Amino acid sequence: MSFIKKPKISHPDLPKNKIGLTIRDYEGAMSTLCAGCGHDSISTAIMQAYFELALQPHRVAKVSGIGCSSKTPTYFLGGAHGFNSVHGRMPSIATGANAANRELQYIGVSGDGDSLSIGLGQFAHAIRRNVDMMYLIENNGVYGLTKGQFSASADKGSTAKKGNANPYTPIDPVLLAISLGCTFVARGFSGDKEHLVPLIKSAITHKGFALLDIISPCVTFNDHEGSTKSYAHTRAHMRETVYADFTDHHEEILTQVEPGKFKEIKMHDGGIVGFKRVDKTFDPTDRIAAISYIEEHRAKGEVVTGLLYLEPASSEMHAVLGSSEQAMADLPYEKLIPGKDALARIQARWR
Amino acid sequence: MTTANKLNDFVIKLANVNGSGSASANGLLMKSIFRMGIPVTGKNFFPSNIQGLPTWYEIRISKDGFLCRSGKVDLMVAMNAETYDADLAEVNSGGFLLYDSTWPRNNLLQRNDVTILGVPLSGMCNEAFESARAKVLMKNVAYVGALVALLDIDMAVVETLLQETFSSKPQLMDANMQAISMGYDFACDHFRCPLPLRLEPMNKTAGHVLVDGNTTAGLGAVYAGATVVSWYPITPSTSLIDAFSIFCQQLRVDPDTQKNNYCVIQAEDELSAIGMVLGANWNGARAFTATSGPGLSLMSEFLGLAYYAEIPAVLYDVQRVSPSTGMPTRTQQCDILSAAYASHGDTKHVLLFPADPLDCFHMSQIAFDLAEQLQTPVIVLTDLDIGMNDWMIPEIKWDETYVPNRGKVYNAEDLKHMDAFYRYLDVDGDAIPWRSLPGVDPKGAYFVRGSGHNKHGGYTENSDEYREVVDRLRRKFDTAASLVPAPIVSRSKKGAPDYRWALLSIGSCDAAIREARHQLEHANVANLDYLRILAFPFHNDVFEFIRQYDQVFVVEQNRDAQLRQLLSVELNIDPSRLIPMLSYDGMPVSSDFIVEAVTRQIMRGQAA
Repeated sequence: MSFIKKPKISHPDLPKNKIGLTIRDYEGAMSTLCAGCGHDSISTAIMQAYFELALQPHRVAKVSGIGCSSKTPTYFLGGAHGFNSVHGRMPSIATGANAANRELQYIGVSGDGDSLSIGLGQFAHAIRRNVDMMYLIENNGVYGLTKGQFSASADKGSTAKKGNANPYTPIDPVLLAISLGCTFVARGFSGDKEHLVPLIKSAITHKGFALLDIISPCVTFNDHEGSTKSYAHTRAHMRETVYADFTDHHEEILTQVEPGKFKEIKMHDGGIVGFKRVDKTFDPTDRIAAISYIEEHRAKGEVVTGLLYLEPASSEMHAVLGSSEQAMADLPYEKLIPGKDALARIQARWR
Repeated sequence: MTTANKLNDFVIKLANVNGSGSASANGLLMKSIFRMGIPVTGKNFFPSNIQGLPTWYEIRISKDGFLCRSGKVDLMVAMNAETYDADLAEVNSGGFLLYDSTWPRNNLLQRNDVTILGVPLSGMCNEAFESARAKVLMKNVAYVGALVALLDIDMAVVETLLQETFSSKPQLMDANMQAISMGYDFACDHFRCPLPLRLEPMNKTAGHVLVDGNTTAGLGAVYAGATVVSWYPITPSTSLIDAFSIFCQQLRVDPDTQKNNYCVIQAEDELSAIGMVLGANWNGARAFTATSGPGLSLMSEFLGLAYYAEIPAVLYDVQRVSPSTGMPTRTQQCDILSAAYASHGDTKHVLLFPADPLDCFHMSQIAFDLAEQLQTPVIVLTDLDIGMNDWMIPEIKWDETYVPNRGKVYNAEDLKHMDAFYRYLDVDGDAIPWRSLPGVDPKGAYFVRGSGHNKHGGYTENSDEYREVVDRLRRKFDTAASLVPAPIVSRSKKGAPDYRWALLSIGSCDAAIREARHQLEHANVANLDYLRILAFPFHNDVFEFIRQYDQVFVVEQNRDAQLRQLLSVELNIDPSRLIPMLSYDGMPVSSDFIVEAVTRQIMRGQAA
């Protein structure tokens, strides 16, 4: 149905957020992905998260690489600029864009092929620089656009549609990210929007690189029996660690749940991420414990989801570089071009 | 043995071992000559290595102000036993060789037409200095002392320079002066000083500076208002980024907040470096990178995206010897074709060809302006000779009225008054569309993509819509040809115009061509008009110039005559009218090479 243009008219009773926008204002073009694709559910969750956070769509910049997942920024936040770059290189576009204008909010959408094979280097180095952005991996274990080859996130032994088993060990983006010092690491499931929206909201609010690995089944090439990235397998083997909710500092959310079961973490702008520990032994601020927890459950064939690691006081790229608070792109020429006298002083040293 | 008396017009070559601290001694020698008012340039032939391999520094002294390699050596300072043989062989007949006579020389190494000057440099320094490091370093300073006597360098100038260098370290000043005196005294006691090669103060360096092109390019980028840099270390471009960073530390730290009004990011590779540059330019900053041939290859995919999606970017390619890793510390002009057509498909890029460090400065502003006016990458093709060697150039003048030309960008106000914004419409008929920046207004939002897109910026797989955009891009390149700097034509001042032959070249060949034309005129071989191309796409004047002559000698520093290929393909010129003159051994082209090549060609033409 991708050829149908979305009508602009919306229902007058649609709820509005703090800045007077409805959910329709966060939509994009009609999706061209397969019916039932996990990626479309993620786009819906993204729209919901931005709507609830009441951010101006045009103050967001969307970047992506190449692949099914990288197509999706067209399908949400039509009021935001987007950049569909080259395969595996979105992190560098995002880093440069952020260097030029630190005042915008950045969302990078990538896939397991885009981030874990061709783009593994850029993915790792954007984490090292702690670029202030939300980075989504829409993870389905296969290359969809080229018709179903295994990706680097495919589990060993997981079978392809034609029955052949993947002989290689997988790269787990979550473990990799934590080991690289990523300051926000979470995993969600496209089939679980209720948990995904607050994770996305927390990731947006995090000051620094926020990785959100989202298991997002490919209904066409990887949703069969024998695949470990199918809806059925993910539902059966998903193990939620914490239930995260996010609120900004003007609201009180903790009234609805039992006190004592939540752990609160204040984000840089005063927003609060609240965690309900589904597994009482898990603490998402303990990096080493998080790694062992994920490894232990992985060994049992379980996919751990939820907010897995958070370092709230992280120093993002500009803080490390000592950049001006004003966006580089907005600095006036008087501040940039030193003039005749400075040039004369410099040249005096060249005699 | 006859020795020509050469006043203020000869070449000193210093053969050293790299990592032995010779660079500062050689710099001191050159700067002293410059301060005496005598035109001088220095060229460094160094290995891709940190310590222990041969390295040479060649100082050309030219009262007439010729800045290229002449192709001759009059005085060799042979400090490297490993290359002694070859160094002796390189000296001009009637020339001199100074060596460290602490250890005996092989008797077989003799030339009757070269005067050998032995100075026991190591012996003197081993006796005079305590630390092992000083013994090694001061040996270099001591040969400068000997040269002060042998060449009649002004001792007061040397002393002043040392004082400036060591103003904060007086003990080093004393040691350096001691080494200078030891060399000086030994030379005075043992040789007839000065030699027939000697120096006499002039007044020809006033209003000039000694500087390398990477330094001026980095400074030029500061003065162009560049704010974001991403780069990956590669010889010989690294010092360009170093220069930008150092000048920013001096000039771009906000005095009120102490925050940086610039952002330098060392990337993980060249792919990432150019990616960051595109991200930053897309987002409204002036951003650039610097690299060399191998980096350009790696950046190619992104350059194609920037061409097709119309994103401004500036890239300095400091060319070095290729193919592959090649000879990283030697010079060539070998990326002309790969830069012009970098990336797959029908892709073309705007190129600028600076000839010296002065051009590097001014072409930086031109590069950023063109990139934003045309919304496309601009590649500044400099080279190792320009970038890393010390050139004497006129002082850089700054036009205080300069305002960066940001090209066609709709601001929030413009967008508010529009019904709709479409990214790739040819509104003005010059094939350059208007762009909008992220974060400004929701009406300006569009999707940058390297996949097929129509003039409205939407995704397309429709043949007509695809062609409409790529045809406009071709027309945009015609607009580019009218915006790039016009070539510089130098007419022969001697005799009637000769339309049989002319010279044509780019970049760092310029200095050698200037001298070659002078020599060819004086020898009555030919009076040649000369055109220097400053940019690609070729300005219309290039075609008009070539049209006038039967044959045009195309001088360039690569094996495959890349400039000549580009000229014949892009301007549809019969290749038989373009005679290649190719120097590609990794050394900066010398005036001798051009004189010989032109003479041979003209003789052949006359014989035919």
